Amino acid sequence: MSPTPSSAPAHEHPLPDEVQARILARSPAQCFRHGMVQSIPFLVPLLPFGILFGVLASEAGLDLSQVIGFSVLVLAGASQFTAVQLLSDNVPVVLAIVSALAVNLRMAMYSASLVPWLGSAPGKDRAAVSYLLVDQTFALSIQHYEMNPRLSLKQRLGYFYGAAAAMCIPWAIASVVGALVGEAIPEGIALDFAVPITFLAMIAPMLRTLAHKAAALVSVLMALALAWMPAGTGLLIAAPIGMAAGAWVEGWQERRQKEAKA
Amino acid sequence: MIELSNAQIWLVILVLGAGTFLIRWSFLGALGRYAMPGWVLRLLRYTPVAVLPALVAPLVMWPAATEGQTDPARLIAAVVTVAVGMIWKNMLAAILAGAATLVLTLQFLG
Repeated sequence: MSPTPSSAPAHEHPLPDEVQARILARSPAQCFRHGMVQSIPFLVPLLPFGILFGVLASEAGLDLSQVIGFSVLVLAGASQFTAVQLLSDNVPVVLAIVSALAVNLRMAMYSASLVPWLGSAPGKDRAAVSYLLVDQTFALSIQHYEMNPRLSLKQRLGYFYGAAAAMCIPWAIASVVGALVGEAIPEGIALDFAVPITFLAMIAPMLRTLAHKAAALVSVLMALALAWMPAGTGLLIAAPIGMAAGAWVEGWQERRQKEAKA
Repeated sequence: MIELSNAQIWLVILVLGAGTFLIRWSFLGALGRYAMPGWVLRLLRYTPVAVLPALVAPLVMWPAATEGQTDPARLIAAVVTVAVGMIWKNMLAAILAGAATLVLTLQFLG
């Protein structure tokens, strides 16, 4: 699913007491429905994105079961696109897997941020939440938990599962629809640039801070400079340098802010 | 086109699925008691904005459809996609703007 990682600090919008009381009185089943309803806006970009994955994956030569395999077992849009693109470029399989996994590394950060809220859940719940932990379920749940810190563990899990059901199931269905559409699209229609445009459209909204922009710019320049290397290998050098650039700019900005305060 | 056998494609799906699960499960499942050092969190924050641009930049500069020749129509479409995405923070609007630009520029330049 599309990466919209939320690294923004916790929102401090204390809700009115009566609203708080109503939210805290919900049963886990009501929390599940609440999570589902609040996920609806996320479906607006998610469904076309899933359809596009199905179209491009089937154009690249994947059959329907493989498209479903990607959307159900991997369940991570940006890395699914990455894997399909690199495999189409005949990059060695290991490099394609490493690059697609690198796209998902941010999810370790989501996993760490959920520990204070869900860390005491039973092992099978923690495993299920992990499997369903995508950008959208993470972003929605963490803001709900932070706004309603007194929710019980069962209520938190109910809300998360509701959000996951409302987003992950349509994701899989949308990719199936896309795969069927893709099989019907005649050869020769120029879809070659759909992948770059989709990636660019995913990246651009993420460039919120100077550090994000620096990371992206450095990785683009490095990738272009290293384009002579065997397919897929330049990426493995360019991306860590871009990450380091982003982290460095963030640290530099923090130091400068501290100095300004001092 | 992907030139792997079906078995190889399924291997990619399974390994990618298992690896992605382990990334997601890392702290919730196994490392919950350990705090992640600040610099690791800081690097992780920039993985998508570093990996995806590095992947896409050569595709934009040297498109496969023009046999690697830099193509003004595709370059303009890419710039419009990024601009719309950055200004409106909306992935879908950016895709539509980029696709529309490509159709128009191919019409007039191509």
